[in-house]
Amino acid sequence: MCHYPLFDTIKRYMRITNDEKGICGMKWFADVWQKINIAFIEQDRWKLYLKGLGVTLEVAFFAAIIGIIIGTIVAFMKLSTKKNGKPTIFAGIANVYIDIIRGTPSVLQVLIMWFIIFASCKNGILVACISFGVNSGAYVAEIVRAGILAVDKGQTEAGRSLGLSNLQTMRYIVVPQAFKNVLPPLGNEFIVLLKETAIVGYVALDDLTRVANQISSRTYEAFMPLIGAAIIYFVIIKILTILLAKLERRLRKSDNR
Amino acid sequence: MITVKNLHKSFGENQVLCGVNYHINPGEKIVVVGPSGSGKSTFLRCLNLLEYPTEGEIWFDGQLINGDKVNLNEVRRHMGMVFQHFNLFNNLTIMDNIILAPTKLKIMSKEEAKETALTLLKRVGLEQKADAFPGSLSGGQKQRIAIVRSLAMNPKVMLFDEPTSALDPEMVGEVLEVMKELAESGMTMVVVTHEMGFAREVGTKVVFMDGGNIVEENTPAEFFANPQAPRLKEFLSKVL
Repeated sequence: MCHYPLFDTIKRYMRITNDEKGICGMKWFADVWQKINIAFIEQDRWKLYLKGLGVTLEVAFFAAIIGIIIGTIVAFMKLSTKKNGKPTIFAGIANVYIDIIRGTPSVLQVLIMWFIIFASCKNGILVACISFGVNSGAYVAEIVRAGILAVDKGQTEAGRSLGLSNLQTMRYIVVPQAFKNVLPPLGNEFIVLLKETAIVGYVALDDLTRVANQISSRTYEAFMPLIGAAIIYFVIIKILTILLAKLERRLRKSDNR
Repeated sequence: MITVKNLHKSFGENQVLCGVNYHINPGEKIVVVGPSGSGKSTFLRCLNLLEYPTEGEIWFDGQLINGDKVNLNEVRRHMGMVFQHFNLFNNLTIMDNIILAPTKLKIMSKEEAKETALTLLKRVGLEQKADAFPGSLSGGQKQRIAIVRSLAMNPKVMLFDEPTSALDPEMVGEVLEVMKELAESGMTMVVVTHEMGFAREVGTKVVFMDGGNIVEENTPAEFFANPQAPRLKEFLSKVL
């Protein structure tokens, strides 16, 4: 039978009589406090979580930057057409890239990067950033492409009919409008990315998830470290969500002036 | 000014234009009418190569513009186009909409372009809207701005693709008024429209298209008083 320490404590608490509640209540709090103490405070363990969080954020941040750069380039590659309207060779390359990335698990991609492609590189964080960046790039490419396609075709036609080149039309008319379309799904992609970095433990990086896991196995106490890590992820992502919503609202305001 | 020879255009299997021949002289106001699906919009869009012809030749100012090594952007500077759905740039103010092309193509300095824009805006009575965004304008105002935006490039010919079809009935008049003024100033115009009154009043020639080709062409008076082709008679009996 499995044992859930906190659950056991509660069960024990439930079974006792009303008279004993006062004393046992205090005992319960003492229990919980001790667990928190073991999970976070003893041997300065909180520093490990903080370090883990640092790794998580670092990988997510740089991967997001790499992803946005790759994604934007790939999106334009995929959108490129010849004069007769047929897709170019670049579009073909972009398609293959997106297919491969979307068609394989990201854990596997990280492992392949670490053990095969960058086997000689000892810098785990760098490899993780590149791996997640390349992964995210495929999704960002689709987001950017959709954002550009969502801009009314008439905008492009009007630009071209005035004599602006394709590039000028893109730069001054289409891209500024696409940016607004792209922002919400891009924020979503970053949130997904931040959580997905939890798999870098596979390549011996001590990110937040791995730190929590290690501490739980060292202290024989799973509840506090794992729930604690979950709360940290949640809070960070909640903050991000609020910031993104603010930015979006500000951008939308300029629509109806 | 514009000569079209044996123009074919098909979208996949669907042949929209089958061998259109036409010639437009400077200063003419050609009004193109016809039932929907007759290819009149496609014909117009082929003139500035927004649609690339599958076959045939389009000559503009003595230059074959659908040949190889033609700088299309350079050609399009001299052909203004007004769309059914206005297509004002939503991310720019009215002023920026108008001066974008002249300044980015280095035809005018920013000051010059602004001055031109203001003069043109006054002509259509919208100078107070210069700093507004397109989203806050009515359809009629948008279309008048769209005309101004094209005129700012000082084109040799103006193409109108059903400019009043997406407007509330009340606003059709103000746009047609601007177009009439433009016609009186001597601009060469090709107008696809369902406004028969405008065709009669402003057109120097009216062209009837059906089934991907020009069926009949005549002066407005003759066109409406004395139609020849049976298809045209039927069409006129329905729209007039």
